[in-house]
Amino acid sequence: MSDCLTLRFTVPADDFTRAGEASSSTKATLKQLGLPADIIRRVAIVMYEGEINMVIHANGGEITVEICPDQIVMVLKDTGPGIPDIQQAMQAGWSTASGAARDLGFGAGMGLPNMKKCADSLDIESTVGVGTTVTAVVRL
Amino acid sequence: MEKFFHSVYLDDSLCRGCTNCIKRCPTHAIRVIDGKARITSEFCIDCGECVRTCGYHAKKLHRDTLDILKDYEYTVALPAPSLYLQFNNLDDVNIVLTGLLELGFDDVYEVAAAAELVSAATRTYVAEHKEAWPLISTACPCVMRLIRVRFPGLVAHLLPLKPPVEVAAEIARRRAVERTGLAPDQIGVIFISPCPAKVTYARDPLGVEKSQLDGVLAIQDVYPLLLGAMKRVRDLPRALAGAGRVGVSWGISGGESLGMGSQRYLAADGIENVIRVLEGLEDDRFTGLEFIELDACSGGCVGGVLNVEDPFAARAKLRQLRLRLPAVPTSPPREAPADLSWDAPVRYEPVFRLGSSLSESITMARQVEELTQQFPGLDCGCCGAPSCQALAEDIVRGLASKNLCIYVLRDHIHALSDTCAQLAADAAAQEGDPSQERLRELAGRLEQLDQEITRMDVGHRPAVPPAGEPGSQKGERET
Repeated sequence: MSDCLTLRFTVPADDFTRAGEASSSTKATLKQLGLPADIIRRVAIVMYEGEINMVIHANGGEITVEICPDQIVMVLKDTGPGIPDIQQAMQAGWSTASGAARDLGFGAGMGLPNMKKCADSLDIESTVGVGTTVTAVVRL
Repeated sequence: MEKFFHSVYLDDSLCRGCTNCIKRCPTHAIRVIDGKARITSEFCIDCGECVRTCGYHAKKLHRDTLDILKDYEYTVALPAPSLYLQFNNLDDVNIVLTGLLELGFDDVYEVAAAAELVSAATRTYVAEHKEAWPLISTACPCVMRLIRVRFPGLVAHLLPLKPPVEVAAEIARRRAVERTGLAPDQIGVIFISPCPAKVTYARDPLGVEKSQLDGVLAIQDVYPLLLGAMKRVRDLPRALAGAGRVGVSWGISGGESLGMGSQRYLAADGIENVIRVLEGLEDDRFTGLEFIELDACSGGCVGGVLNVEDPFAARAKLRQLRLRLPAVPTSPPREAPADLSWDAPVRYEPVFRLGSSLSESITMARQVEELTQQFPGLDCGCCGAPSCQALAEDIVRGLASKNLCIYVLRDHIHALSDTCAQLAADAAAQEGDPSQERLRELAGRLEQLDQEITRMDVGHRPAVPPAGEPGSQKGERET
C-alpha cells in the first residue's frame, strides 16, 4: 500500500544479545511518526517477545512491520520446527524452551500470551517441520 | 520563558567544527553548520556529554556566580552531597558547611538531609503504588528529560516526587523566613551543584510549577574559594550537619537505592547504560523490580561535569566519610513539607516526530529510508550530522541538502568531469574550429565543476539554501 511504511528485519538464530534490535528500531520509527505512548508500548512488547521466540525456538526468522494510518501489522515468519499444539502454546506458563534458554531467564511460557495481550489480534499459522508465521495487528 | 531552556551554550570562537560532540550526543541534538556545532534545543536533555567530549572546550555552561549573594538580604547555601566528596581526608562535614558560611552565606541546609526525606517518601509511595512498578527515580533531571522526549511509555512510571534539591530549597526558605522575619523573596536559596541540568532545572523545572531555587553555583567555581575558607574554620567548625549515611550516599550511583530498604531495585549510571535500561523497560524485559535508579552521569552525581574530583576517587572518599556519618537519619525538621508530591504533571513531548500528521510522518519516514539508502552508511559525520540516517532526516525536514554528503558530492563531481572530458573530446574531433556552442557548454560545465570543488574545500556544512522558509532553522540556539 502506497501510504504505508514497511520495515524489514532479519532475526539471527541463537543470538540472545541481538534480540531486541528489531524492537528498538521499530520503536524509534514509531516515535518519529508521533504515535501515542500506549501504541508504542504494545508494539514494542509484541516485537520483543516475537524476536525472543524466534531466537529460542525457531533458528531466527524474518519480521515485517507495516505501519499504515489505521493499523500496524507485524508479520513474524520463521522456518523453525513449528508448533504442534497452538492452544497449548498460548497457555500462560507453557514452554518448550531449552535448559540453556531457561538458565538465561527466558522460557517462562509468557511469550505468546504476552503478545496476545498487547495485540488487537494475533493469528498463528504453523506447520510442524515447516515453520510458523505469527501475524499481530495493533489498531490505531 | 522559552519552552526548552538549556544550560549549555557554544563559544563560537573555540569551536573547530569537528565531529566529536555530534557523535556523542545521546539524542542526536547537535549539527555542525557553517563549521560550528549548533544544538537543536528541543532534543537537548542537558546531559553534559558534549561538554565532556569537546577537546577544544567550546561547550560552556551557564551558571551563577557568588555575586548573586548581593542580590538578597539573606542567603542559604544548599550543598549537593557530592560537594563533600571533592576534598581529601575530610572527616567532618561541618568543616565544609562552616566554610560555606565563611564565603558569605548566612545559612546552609544540606541537600543530603532533604534526600533522606525523599527516601522515606519514596519507600511509602513505592509500597502504595504496586500498579506503577517499577517506579523510576526522578532525582536526575537529565533522565527525566530523556524519558519525556524519548520514552513515552515510561512517563507513567516516573516517581512523582520532588527531587531532594527542591525539598531542601523549600525547607531552607521557610526556615529563613521564620528566623529572620524577612519576606520570602528577600531570601536567596542557592544550590552548590555538580550538575548543569540543575541549572536548567532551576529556571525550567519538571514536575514542579516553579522551583524554589534562586540560583545555582558550580562546585568547580566554589571549590578554590571554599578550600581556603575551610582551612580557616578547620579548628572550630560549627555543628551544622545533620544528614546521615543514606542522604550523603545519594551522591553516587546506587546511593538512592540504598534508602529504599528493598533489594528489588536496579541502579544504572552513564547515559548509554541508562538508555539501554530504558529500552529494556519499554519492552517489558525486566521482571521482579520495584524501583529503578538511573543517573545520566557515570558514577552518579559525583560524575557531574561541574565537579572537580574524579568520580571514582569521589566514590572512594564516600566509603571513608560514611564511617563518620550517623547510620540513622535525623528526624525531619519542623519546616519540612508534609507532602513531597509534584505539583505539575510531566507529559510526553514528541519532539522527534517528523510530520504534523501520521500520514505526513509516514510519507516523510519513507523518504528518509530511501535517502538513507543513497548514502554510504559510514556515519562519518563530515556532513555535520551524526549519521547518514540523521542527514536523511534533516533533508526531509528541510534542514539540509544531499550534497552535504561528501560521497554524494564526489560522485557528482566525477560525473561532471566525465561530461567535461566528453565535451572537450567532441570539440577537438570537429573539423576546423569547434563551434562556439560547444565551447560555451564546456565552459559552463567547468565552472560548475569549480563551484562544486570549492564547496568541498570549505570542509564544513554550509547553512542550507533550499527548502524555503527562514523558519526552517527552528529550535537552534542563538549564542
